Amino acid sequence: MRYFPLLLAGLFRKKTRTVLTLLSVLVAFVLFGLLQAVTLAFESGADTADAKRLLTTARYSIIEPLPMAYLRRIEQVPGVVGVASADWFGAKYQNESNAFPVFAVDPRRYLDMYPEFTIAPEERARFVATRTGAVAGRRLVDRYGWRLGQRLPIASEIHPKTDGSMTWEFELVGILDAEDPAVRGNTDVVLISAAYFDEARQFGRGKTGWYIVRIADAGQARASAATIDRLFANSPDETRTQPEKEFAVGFAKQIGDIGALVTRILLAVFFTILILTGNTMAQSIRERIPELAILKTLGFSDRTVTALVLAEAFALILGGGAIGMGAATALMPAVNRSTGGRFPPLFVSPDTWLLALVVAVALALAIGLPPALRVARLKIVDALAGHR
Amino acid sequence: MSALVEIRGVTKVYRRGGESIEALHGVDLDIGRGEFVALMGPSGSGKTTLLNLIGGLDRPTAGSLTVDAQRIDQLGGGALARWRAASVGFVFQFYNLLPVLSAQRNVELPLLLTDFPAAERRRRALIALTLVGLRDRARHRPRELSGGQEQRVAIARAIVSDPLLLVCDEPTGDLDRATAAEVLGLLQTLNREHGKTIVMVTHDPKAAEYAGRRIHLDKGTLTAGSEAA
Repeated sequence: MRYFPLLLAGLFRKKTRTVLTLLSVLVAFVLFGLLQAVTLAFESGADTADAKRLLTTARYSIIEPLPMAYLRRIEQVPGVVGVASADWFGAKYQNESNAFPVFAVDPRRYLDMYPEFTIAPEERARFVATRTGAVAGRRLVDRYGWRLGQRLPIASEIHPKTDGSMTWEFELVGILDAEDPAVRGNTDVVLISAAYFDEARQFGRGKTGWYIVRIADAGQARASAATIDRLFANSPDETRTQPEKEFAVGFAKQIGDIGALVTRILLAVFFTILILTGNTMAQSIRERIPELAILKTLGFSDRTVTALVLAEAFALILGGGAIGMGAATALMPAVNRSTGGRFPPLFVSPDTWLLALVVAVALALAIGLPPALRVARLKIVDALAGHR
Repeated sequence: MSALVEIRGVTKVYRRGGESIEALHGVDLDIGRGEFVALMGPSGSGKTTLLNLIGGLDRPTAGSLTVDAQRIDQLGGGALARWRAASVGFVFQFYNLLPVLSAQRNVELPLLLTDFPAAERRRRALIALTLVGLRDRARHRPRELSGGQEQRVAIARAIVSDPLLLVCDEPTGDLDRATAAEVLGLLQTLNREHGKTIVMVTHDPKAAEYAGRRIHLDKGTLTAGSEAA
């Protein structure tokens, strides 16, 4: 603390330069916070995947249906402790732009598969008991202003009813939510009863989209998946079973490798910051060589003067970084409002803060070490005589 | 008078671009405790080099340098820095104050290396500023002071940690005659009334008259010494 005035004096010797440098670091970390949140949103499926859950789809395409009869056979596989089916409904609500996933599921089995989802016990019971019942994610409910007990007219793009109508009507009987903000993005769905759906649809009866399989031992995931796929090998409906995480990563990559894209953008941003701030820092130290030589003359050790220079770099980068990350966190509610809930919820996770700290420390070292070492090597008599 | 500084056979060779320059050649010199010595000589005579060695800013190429019974030529970098902090006050021609710090903060700088709490550092800095007649300029930054005032702040910084020795490199070289006389008078007071040992480099004979002894150097060798009248 006793050197704090010296640190401030060094930093604010040229206020405009310091403020502009701080701003550039701040903007870089705002960008970091926002882009990491986007990556997290895209990868949330993979990050929140349960290692004991497998996904069984048709071998060549997820859009190919599988027989519902597979459920009982998968249940017989050693190590499997639960199976649920789900089918893609293809929904639109009110108009073309209001699209969200609707899955036809066995209510009890499906909700058992996802203990990370929260639903009130009485709503869950009503969902199980009501054939035309539906439960919806909290964010969807909020976005459309739905109320429990309300009739939801939802059009399917794929499945006509037996009477030829594409509009289905469900009763909202429950609301899905999650404690973990990363999981909450996965609740942007409407679940309907597969029994009612299968009975009322015009075609595709007796088939479902995919199976969710719970196993007892995550270490046996590969073996269990292989056993399941062997069951249906050489049949008209061969399967492909993968751990849920693998499935989620593959699904996200169909849009593009968001993680790699974001990493490249951030590398460019931080490389620019490294060059700009490093140059500014070096220039600032060059200008202060006589002053630093005086400190050494007065008895400040090489280590102390070096630490002072490094502390300036750390103060600039960590200060700018902390404000930037704080700003990114503060911006999230506004960003989430602007997406109208059509995007998974964006948030700055504790892991992102930790990563920001690691990046900031690395940047500060890269920027501060070269001038600090130069100052450490500085010979007092040369510096005072003007030979630098 | 016992010797505070004992210099024996000191040689200093600089290497610049592959060329060796002998700045000092076998210098022997004693400076007594409480003496005010002026080192004089033409440019390039080695007087600043000798002053830098006495102040522990540089090391001799050969010979020994003892200050207050301590062989400072044998101290490592960290120990030498600690020795400078405890034992030497420096006054330079161009004051060398930190421009972003107030006069008081500049004077406090050497005390940052001590265990004194902030309040004690402040108190001592204000005493030093009072001693040089600048108590009322404590909050001013160097650019708000005249050259003479800046040099007096530098002297306050040099004496604030109560060092054994003051080394002054052309302390009046950047001042007009009247201001120079004030600064030299102040150094003389510190020497006579506070017993400070002062070694001052100057090529101004008028400035040298304030010293008790004048030592002449030429081409890196002591040529003559004279006592003040």
